[in-house]
Amino acid sequence: MSEIIQIKNVSKSYWRNSLEIPVLHNITLGVEEGEFLVLMGPSGSGKTTLLNLIAGIDRPSRGELSVAGTDIAKLGESALAKWRSSNVGFVFQFYNLLPVLTAYENVELPLLLTKLSKSEKKKHVETALNIVGLGDRMKHYPKQLSGGQEQRVAIARAIVTDPVILVADEPTGDLDKNSAQEILTLMERLNKEFKKTIVMVTHDQHAAERASRLLHLDKGDLSANGKV
Amino acid sequence: MKIFKLIFKNALRHKLRTTLTILGISIAVIAFGLLRTVVTGWYVGVDAASANRLITRQAVSFIFPLPLSYKAQIEKIQGVTEVSYANWFGGVYKDKSQFFSRMAVDPETYFDIVPEFVVPSQELENFKKERNSCIIGADIAKLYKLKVGDQMSLEGDIYPGMWDFVIAGIYQPKFKTTDAMQMLFHWDYVNERMKVEMPGRENQVGWYVVQVGDPSKSAQISSQIDALFKNSPDETKTETERAFTQGFISAYGSIITSMNVMSWAIVGIILLVLGNTMVMAARERTREYAVLKTLGFSAKHIVGLIFGESMFISCLGGGIGLLLTFPIVAGFAQVIPKGIFPVFQIETITVVLSVGAALLIGVLASIFPIQRALSTKIVDGFRFVG
Repeated sequence: MSEIIQIKNVSKSYWRNSLEIPVLHNITLGVEEGEFLVLMGPSGSGKTTLLNLIAGIDRPSRGELSVAGTDIAKLGESALAKWRSSNVGFVFQFYNLLPVLTAYENVELPLLLTKLSKSEKKKHVETALNIVGLGDRMKHYPKQLSGGQEQRVAIARAIVTDPVILVADEPTGDLDKNSAQEILTLMERLNKEFKKTIVMVTHDQHAAERASRLLHLDKGDLSANGKV
Repeated sequence: MKIFKLIFKNALRHKLRTTLTILGISIAVIAFGLLRTVVTGWYVGVDAASANRLITRQAVSFIFPLPLSYKAQIEKIQGVTEVSYANWFGGVYKDKSQFFSRMAVDPETYFDIVPEFVVPSQELENFKKERNSCIIGADIAKLYKLKVGDQMSLEGDIYPGMWDFVIAGIYQPKFKTTDAMQMLFHWDYVNERMKVEMPGRENQVGWYVVQVGDPSKSAQISSQIDALFKNSPDETKTETERAFTQGFISAYGSIITSMNVMSWAIVGIILLVLGNTMVMAARERTREYAVLKTLGFSAKHIVGLIFGESMFISCLGGGIGLLLTFPIVAGFAQVIPKGIFPVFQIETITVVLSVGAALLIGVLASIFPIQRALSTKIVDGFRFVG
């Protein structure tokens, strides 16, 4: 299989006033299409930063970064936004649904940027919500859903544009054990059944067990890796 | 779902806050409209001034009279088509709170030279025939429920004694800016009594109203009139009716300036109210904007969301305020003494300024939140704790 994510000698630092704070050191990593990669590591190790770089919501300080055939480090802001809308789906720890929108409208949000007709959008949204098992909760607002259901709506929103890559930042971090298992099962299904490449950051060892590959980050370095 | 729906839902997210903001904008727009109406009410006489009329008055002050004999000399100047005259009478009708203009005029010429006072021809003829008759404006007739044939009595102050008049006619204002709150009667009637009761005050007029054929020659004719009486005991100052009225109003200049300043200060207050609401809303949604950017929404979408919400609130508040301004101004017009503001109504310029102010406020109030939302990086947005 070809590598859908290619990271070569990527470093990332943040600046606080004139003080440089290095976060990632010279990372080189390849992720194959259809892989379910889990990144683990202690807080502050750079997991989320690496995920953000892969997702195109942050830029590397140095190095080359190619995702889905695009050198995203060289894209301008608007081009990068457009690239994100069609290539990457995001799942956040705290769901980040818009509280004023129903489940249906939240899932529909990314489709507002497309030229799909109203009926096509409806079909996409209903399909995504059915995949996550919430076809009967379309008109519910986030506050009317449980945490697990909210996260499933967030996953539906992430897959509604049929992106090639899903990135998930601790998607089970705010859920109880049963809900977390449901979400992980859903992620696993998206990987195996729908062939989505998934990169997931987690602290949860059970979550890591679902992955096809596990990487450890420690103080900005990939310290260990291997198949689970 | 459309972006507009999201704007609408965002605007109504905090219903109480949005309602209070809209209410604040509405009240401010009403106050703005009311103050502007007062200001335009002051200037209505200036706007109504005719371009082809000059006013000749005593050079030292408007309160000093001029000899009647000047009329014949002014009439001889080339370019002058007609000359009339008037005296400020003052006096009290019923009680001192009932204020409206009362003037002694030349019945033969005054209504020719002031055609915006439309008098039925028969009533005008009757007025000219009866020395103790008067013509009143339609608003006076309406206010005091007077009709042709009724009697009006004034208690004189500048011209002491009781003065009884019979209403010979009622004039209608030709334009909406025409003052329909004037009472006009025979200069001769006043003059005859002055001859008997106060010798030395006869044959004096307050000012001349000079009609010119070509308004572009007003300055030249004014100079010619004033030159005629230079070095005489009663030198004159001649100016256009507009300049004369403006000079009259300038006595209240500081009040009008204060009202102008206050009206624009109110616009500033509305800006702060809406600006505060928008800043709070944008700050609360920092994380949501980060989510939207992550989903692929570009800067123009974020700008559209914030700008749209700001405009929605300002236009709704401004619209409600403007709609309410009309009945409120109409209510004020009923309450305030008619003579102070002969015309008290919302002018087009007030509507334009109110709408413009609401739009401008919508734009300005969105600038800072937009700048903040755009300059916040996605990763910083996710870290934001509001």
